[in-house]
Amino acid sequence: MNQNLVYSINGPVVKVKQPRNLMMMEMVYVGHAHLLGEVINVSEEYATIQVYESTTGLKPKEPVEGTGSLLCATLGPGIITNIFDGIERPLKVMAEDGVFISDGKSIDSLSNTRKWNVTMKVKEGDHVLGGMIFATCLETAVVEHRSMIPPQVNGEVIYAAESGEYTISDVLVKVKDARTGKIVECTLVQKWPIRHPRPVLERKPLNIPLETGQRVVDTFFPLAKGGAAALPGGFGAGKTMLQHQLAKWCDADIIVYVGCGERGNEMTQVLEEFSELIDPRNGQPLTERTCLIANTSNMPVAAREASIYTGITIAEYYRDMGYHVAIMADSTSRWAEALREISGRLEEMPAEEGFPAYLSSRISQFYERASYVETLNGLTGSVTIIGAVSPQGGDFSEPVTQNTKRLTRCFWALDKSLAYTRHFPAVNWNMSYSEYLDGLSKWYQNNVDKNFVNYRQEMLSILHEETELMEIVKLIGSDILADDQKLILEMARVIRVGFLQQDAFHPDDTYVTYAKQVKMLELISYLYKKAKVLIDQHIPVSAIAKTGIFELLIKIKYDVPNNQLSMLDDYFKHIDDAMASID
Amino acid sequence: MSLQYHGFSSINGSLVALENVENVGFEEMVEITLQDGSKRQGRVVEIQGDKVILQVFEGTSELSTTNAKTRFTGHPMEIALSEEVLGRIFNGVGNPLDGLGSVYAEKKMNVNGNAINPVCRQYPRNYINTGISAIDGLNTLIRGQKLPIFTGSGLPHNELAVQIVKNANISDEDSQFVIVFAAMGVKHDVADYFKQSFIEAGVMDRVVMYLNLSNDPIIERILTPRCALTCAEYLAYEKGMQVLVIMTDMTSYCEALREFSSSKEEIPGRKGYPGYLYSDLASLYERAGMIKGSKGSITQIPILTMPNFDVTHPVPDLTGYITEGQIVLDEGLNQMGLYPPINVLPSLSRLMKDGIGEGYTRKDHSAVSSQLFASYAKVQDARSLASVIGEEELSTTDRFYMAFGRLFEQVFVAQGFEANRSINETLDLGWNLLSLLPISELDRVNPKVLEQFYNREKAISYFKECPGVTLDTILTESYE
Repeated sequence: MNQNLVYSINGPVVKVKQPRNLMMMEMVYVGHAHLLGEVINVSEEYATIQVYESTTGLKPKEPVEGTGSLLCATLGPGIITNIFDGIERPLKVMAEDGVFISDGKSIDSLSNTRKWNVTMKVKEGDHVLGGMIFATCLETAVVEHRSMIPPQVNGEVIYAAESGEYTISDVLVKVKDARTGKIVECTLVQKWPIRHPRPVLERKPLNIPLETGQRVVDTFFPLAKGGAAALPGGFGAGKTMLQHQLAKWCDADIIVYVGCGERGNEMTQVLEEFSELIDPRNGQPLTERTCLIANTSNMPVAAREASIYTGITIAEYYRDMGYHVAIMADSTSRWAEALREISGRLEEMPAEEGFPAYLSSRISQFYERASYVETLNGLTGSVTIIGAVSPQGGDFSEPVTQNTKRLTRCFWALDKSLAYTRHFPAVNWNMSYSEYLDGLSKWYQNNVDKNFVNYRQEMLSILHEETELMEIVKLIGSDILADDQKLILEMARVIRVGFLQQDAFHPDDTYVTYAKQVKMLELISYLYKKAKVLIDQHIPVSAIAKTGIFELLIKIKYDVPNNQLSMLDDYFKHIDDAMASID
Repeated sequence: MSLQYHGFSSINGSLVALENVENVGFEEMVEITLQDGSKRQGRVVEIQGDKVILQVFEGTSELSTTNAKTRFTGHPMEIALSEEVLGRIFNGVGNPLDGLGSVYAEKKMNVNGNAINPVCRQYPRNYINTGISAIDGLNTLIRGQKLPIFTGSGLPHNELAVQIVKNANISDEDSQFVIVFAAMGVKHDVADYFKQSFIEAGVMDRVVMYLNLSNDPIIERILTPRCALTCAEYLAYEKGMQVLVIMTDMTSYCEALREFSSSKEEIPGRKGYPGYLYSDLASLYERAGMIKGSKGSITQIPILTMPNFDVTHPVPDLTGYITEGQIVLDEGLNQMGLYPPINVLPSLSRLMKDGIGEGYTRKDHSAVSSQLFASYAKVQDARSLASVIGEEELSTTDRFYMAFGRLFEQVFVAQGFEANRSINETLDLGWNLLSLLPISELDRVNPKVLEQFYNREKAISYFKECPGVTLDTILTESYE
């Protein structure tokens, strides 16, 4: 008897006694129902398998079949606009068999029958290297899919198909590998083990921002392309809302949105909204550049663990084609909890709060896959990671938040008390930071405004001073403050309400360009300068407030449409007029 | 398959182990027959080779290693369902408690359910009018939503749930509105209160009750919400009904799960709750929703008492991460005699934004709600300042907010148990309240909308004629 048989079952963890030919991280099929699993531990006595589907009804002595390969993602045309579960099964195809997800479905990730109009880029006799583009096809209206030679291959093309209509299983190129002498057949798809980063030529410094159109992000805590940001916040602080806003408006070419252990309705919302919303850059629906991975909280926990890796592998694949990819993971805490749950079933020694000791190394492996690179084929591409963190009880000292904080250089702390006052996005300006600013300042000087960084600093110090003054106000009231201090409070209010708060449902305010942002900053700074002059002449703040100029500036975000930015110049005159009207 | 196993190899709490067992599936149901002929149900929770660990629902008292026989049924736990369940009362595992005999099974369904494919979900958009201003106006309940009530011991959460059931009307009349009630570890009189209230409201023939009282076995408690939700899924997706599921008390459920987990010697997570508490709660809450191509919907109102009003306790914390918002009851408001004591600031309805406005409620709804939130938040700032320096010392604006806050709580929040306000009444009341504030303070509202709805004179005369309302003079004075 040389078959592997199920020995014990405990939730998603299945053991095989005296395993034969099972290797670590190998993908296996468990039982008669062909449940997908992955080998996570091998010893002479037992092999432990984590099963990505519900094990209800599984019996001991059912067979376990090895596949001989690691858990792989299928990469090829058809990924964009699609929605997958955590192990890259297409949910739309599964929906044809009923509204509930049943077990043991082995379905191809990508359609085998759909024909793609392929343009060939190589011919017989060409010498090709791993990563070289051998064919392209239009995947969606905005994404050209560039099929690449698998990274490890290097040799001569001995067969190349003509340009034309092909499915993903048609062989388009045969390469004789120079090193091994083997013939490698290339189709439109390739498989890649999800836990391994894809190779690149060189990693580059990060000095271009990811433009998001969200003022608090772009101006105050910018994220560089190829960087990683953590987005922690308790429930109700607006994590998902901000993630959605970033996914909608950021200037990446491809968005991979991973709904990892979150609500089912949220994924439905993304599906609906993204197909209706039009990308301002190319006039096409946002779905045309988006791939969704939905492993909701009630779907099997082991697949939740895999969903993050599936997402990042897809992101790296498109990066290698020379695209800028942004991956949103909502939420990495659920992924960490999946690790904890499986670790508990394996009876591993727990570290902090029951999380396994390898939590931090797993988190770092994930965030280190964010990169701005020169790809194997000489193009530039990037993967930017935005990971939401759901700290227990909103307490940022818990292990997932702390480990994430160490490994990301941009930290957008969401504050429940801001959310209570409906200040959205509820990014707390005292707790958040971005370490990318230095690298980006040159870009700002060349592309936005030479004073941009100074304006930003000025605004931040006003906000900081406000925080200090509020300590006093909380104790003794605001009447006691001197007029220059009252002006700080007024200016801080203008910044908070007029600049930091952004209305995601307002057609003009939901996305704001850098050009408008910097003009708004300049106006606020100009007002502050002018008002300070009056204060020095002993004119009270209340007199300035009476002119309504503060309110006027606060409402700029609604009053000036994005396509009429010239209107902003009039505001300098409004400020001058308002100041002149005070005697 | 009627192979029976005699005796057990070990018994520990509600868990028993059997050895030399063959051909048993994970989570399969078993039937244990005692010597006196009485039967108990159990479930396979772990398999190690030919050793099987069973969980016995009714408890293991009187079981010994030799005195019982175990029969494996060959399938996971299922309950019998048909439309006859309406008006019936069951125990936690779906056996009748009302003496009317068992249900004729039109369909048998696995209580564990399966995850809904996200592609097949219909995004919930239609609101449920609960007649309660603090909910309808500020935290709108949407059909297909899961909106828990976070509460504490001694607060009127049961009354609130009953009031919602009494008032809830759903706009289109052609589909039937039913209630599935799951009691987990609640006191007998609480279960009775719900039953009496349903009878008084004349809805008992549209209610299905699953009762697991506080002295019933905890293992049954773990299955109670699963039975109730399976029943709800049947009624909603097979029969096209609008189902409202009330589950009380989720904290008892989680404690039962913790007890069960520690008896299995699992590694505990936070506060001794099992590491999979999140996934387990999600497997319940995520069964709310709507499905494309089906008329029915499942709306959940879980009630959970926060131990010591601590919202960071694992149960409310994890619940908040799964559910689509929360209604938070407040001890302070309750002590002031205000009913319902809903604290609107920490309360939230995530689905509200897509279910209100033109075509659903009224086009000014989102404006009025976000402004009320923002203004009421300022009331809290003024109050914390007043508690330090005294109300007399506050600036005029802050005293304005103090008066506004009192009026808001008195009139808008505390509407009483009998009142059933329409959405128009709620929104008009909101505008009347806002109109008492200086127009420059209303910074969340689009100026055009403000122009249409801001009417100070009307508001002042409205509140002057309001019975039982004393209007602080500061609110009626003209301001600079």
